[in-house]
Amino acid sequence: MKRFARLFAELDQTTKTNAKVAALAQYFREADDSDKLWTIALLSHKRPRRTVTTTLLREWAAEAAGIPDWLFEEAYPIVGDLAETIALILPPANWASDKTLSDWIEIVKALQGVDDQEKKRHILAAWQTLDRTERFLFNKIITGGFRIGVSQKLMTRALAQATGIDEPLLAHRLMGDWTPDTINFDDLVLADNPGENLSRPYPFYLAHPLESEIEDLGQPDDWSAEHKWDGIRGQIIIRGGELYVWSRGEELVTDRFPEFTAFKDLLPDGTVLDGEILPWRDDRPLGFQTLQTRINRKTVSKKLLSEAPVVFKAYDLLETGGDDIRAKPFASRRRALETLIGENDIGGTLRLSPLVEFDAWDDLISEREKSRDVGSEGLMLKRKESPYLAGRKKGDWWKWKVNPLTVDAVMIYAQSGHGRRANLFTDLTFAVWNGNELVPFTKAYSGLTDTEFNELTRWVRKNTLERFGPVRSVKAEHVFEIAFEGIQKSRRHKSGIALRFPRIHRWRRDKPVNEANSLADLEALLPEGEPTS
Amino acid sequence: MALLEFTDKGIHCPQAGVYLDPWKPVDRALITHGHSDHARPGHAHYLATNAAAPVIRHRLDVDVETVEFGEKRTINGVEFSFHPAGHIIGSAQIRVSYRGEVWVFTGDYKCEPDGLTETFEPVRCHTLITECTFGLPVFNWQPQSEVFGEINAWWRANAAEGKASVIGAYSLGKAQRVLAGVDESIGPIFTHGAVEATNAVLREQGIGLPNTTHIVPGISREIFPGSLVIAPPSALGSAWMRRLGPSSTAVASGWMALRGVRRRRAADRGFVLSDHVDWQQLNDAVRESGAERVFVTHGYTSVFRRWLETQGYDARIVQTDFEGENLDADAREELVSETASTGGNSP
Ligand SMILES: [Zn+2]
Ligand SMILES: [Zn+2]
Repeated sequence: MKRFARLFAELDQTTKTNAKVAALAQYFREADDSDKLWTIALLSHKRPRRTVTTTLLREWAAEAAGIPDWLFEEAYPIVGDLAETIALILPPANWASDKTLSDWIEIVKALQGVDDQEKKRHILAAWQTLDRTERFLFNKIITGGFRIGVSQKLMTRALAQATGIDEPLLAHRLMGDWTPDTINFDDLVLADNPGENLSRPYPFYLAHPLESEIEDLGQPDDWSAEHKWDGIRGQIIIRGGELYVWSRGEELVTDRFPEFTAFKDLLPDGTVLDGEILPWRDDRPLGFQTLQTRINRKTVSKKLLSEAPVVFKAYDLLETGGDDIRAKPFASRRRALETLIGENDIGGTLRLSPLVEFDAWDDLISEREKSRDVGSEGLMLKRKESPYLAGRKKGDWWKWKVNPLTVDAVMIYAQSGHGRRANLFTDLTFAVWNGNELVPFTKAYSGLTDTEFNELTRWVRKNTLERFGPVRSVKAEHVFEIAFEGIQKSRRHKSGIALRFPRIHRWRRDKPVNEANSLADLEALLPEGEPTS
Repeated sequence: MALLEFTDKGIHCPQAGVYLDPWKPVDRALITHGHSDHARPGHAHYLATNAAAPVIRHRLDVDVETVEFGEKRTINGVEFSFHPAGHIIGSAQIRVSYRGEVWVFTGDYKCEPDGLTETFEPVRCHTLITECTFGLPVFNWQPQSEVFGEINAWWRANAAEGKASVIGAYSLGKAQRVLAGVDESIGPIFTHGAVEATNAVLREQGIGLPNTTHIVPGISREIFPGSLVIAPPSALGSAWMRRLGPSSTAVASGWMALRGVRRRRAADRGFVLSDHVDWQQLNDAVRESGAERVFVTHGYTSVFRRWLETQGYDARIVQTDFEGENLDADAREELVSETASTGGNSP
């Protein structure tokens, strides 16, 4: 664990990409194979099955620290991370240990099915043996969620440096639903013909927001355009007579979308589609909240299937007849996709994402304005000549979203942030007028500069009216412009509405509180005919 | 009439007619230490310890009457005395006693001796007014020697790479603590103007500090590789840094215990070094004071108050304008000393 802790410290101590890659590459040269494999797994957000609940971890940590549970729970949101809270709150370790990362992971895995007393004994022993950083990492192995500023891409680059294997090839090898229990380092990373893995997806190609004026893209003729759908990016794989559905988070979600089972019969073997999973009814997407209900549920009830039906909007073809065609130009992949799916969509669940016809950039500018009417977020622009690349690359694919909606709202509650913002009030709640009353309708966490948050924090300290735990109600004095991407009716919110991606656009110091918007103004922005969820 | 009461001007002793660290102008102010949230301009009369006074005079351009630690001053029958708080040089807790009733106001304090500051002494009282900047059980400082081990190792590694090591530290207090704690044999030490101005005042009053060189405009870049540079946190990442050439940056603060805060600072390193009490020290200090009633101020007041209550204390929160170890107060703190050191003193 010491070597892994040193790697973690090195990665955590620098913001420089090159230094991170160098530290990782060095680690991949030095560590033993099982540690390397687990490191790749952890950095790919794969962790051993959870054998201890976080509730138990919290209880035991509070007990070991000699503090009541409520005090632990007060400290946790301020630190913002459970693994770190536990590491900080425990008394210093009593002794040290030479166990490696994989040794500790085996210990965690062995707790499966063991009774709670026995689990507790092992966890407490581990805590007493590990120093603060090691303890943090040990806790992270149990709780998951390693965020150390190392993307899959950086890790792949470091591994490429350490092994001499091409980066794109490695990227492909590392995808899929392998676990360190089902494969070893040699077979996953080094073997030329890694074990046939039919489920393995291609890395997604991600678009950048358009940075220039649309005219600067050159000839309209060189580009294709389509609407940008606000669903879950997905990859449909038909291989060996089986269907695999991958989400962009590199999660295999086949079971969550039984609607797609029929694709096995509709599409020939050796087909891989890229597209969007969208809740859909009556020729338009259902609201984003409908999709939320599908994402979070592992098992899907009949009721849910009828309330939140999904379709797959295909927009690219990556593999056909078992051949990887990603290197071909988009225009030719698109033609092949159209032939495959046909002029008429097969079965209604599988649809083409239609191209937007345009001759001049002006046509697109007006098409983009219609985005909200058709339920899209804006437009996607793809260069006709572009191959299908891996990851976020600039130049060939651009997303061109519609401008956000905005509303002027009054700040009424403030709460200090988590983690990096623990000593600033950054979690703010905003309200609009409903008659003479201010109705809270959204929270927003981002959008102000550090300087503005500092100023606001000083103001909040001096203008607190009441405290409810970590939340303070403050004088209704400051107006902020809140920007958001979408709005929907919601029974779960007091105001009756829910916003998509709300954030602070700017501090309206020029506006008095009585000039903030009203609930009626917000309701006027609701799309017509959109169902309540 | 309470011996001390909390007013919108500050902590007030009505019997004696004085205020402790008031934040609005008053006639008579007893000042615990020179940080800008405690020593403010505009009072008619200041009283502080001998060791704290020079900095206060320098920063505020005021007359300061002084007392020794432990010396008793009686004002209208109320006895006042100043006792080491261990926070920065000269910092004091103020003990207030009248007809057998004793209150202590801690000001800012820390209990671990740092080799430079007068060591904190527990003072018995009935009522304690304590800060709790780090009053949460996640704040547990390592021994200072370990932290300086890390700082020295970082400095050495940078020196080996031909880089300067730039550490962001409060110009009053933290900067001198860093100076006194590092291994001088690694390389030369340079200071930003704000730090050097404070050093000069402290050296003048007889405090021994390692040799430092003030970075003045036009100084050659050639001399910085391998050196340690002590600057206010606000200088990190500013245009001022360009004159230093290749460098690694660090911040020294208790907040660096939190990984999230550390990352937000965008410095290369964060060292956990605080001039305030951690959780354990805070609890020990409350216990050793023997107080039955505790007022808590600046910091995690509501949590710490509740904790004290479960421990059997009569605990209450008081709102003050003190800011504890606020990373973001640094900028203002430095502004004050910058003005003071660049001739803002002339009448
Ligand atoms: Zn202070
Ligand atoms: Zn203070």
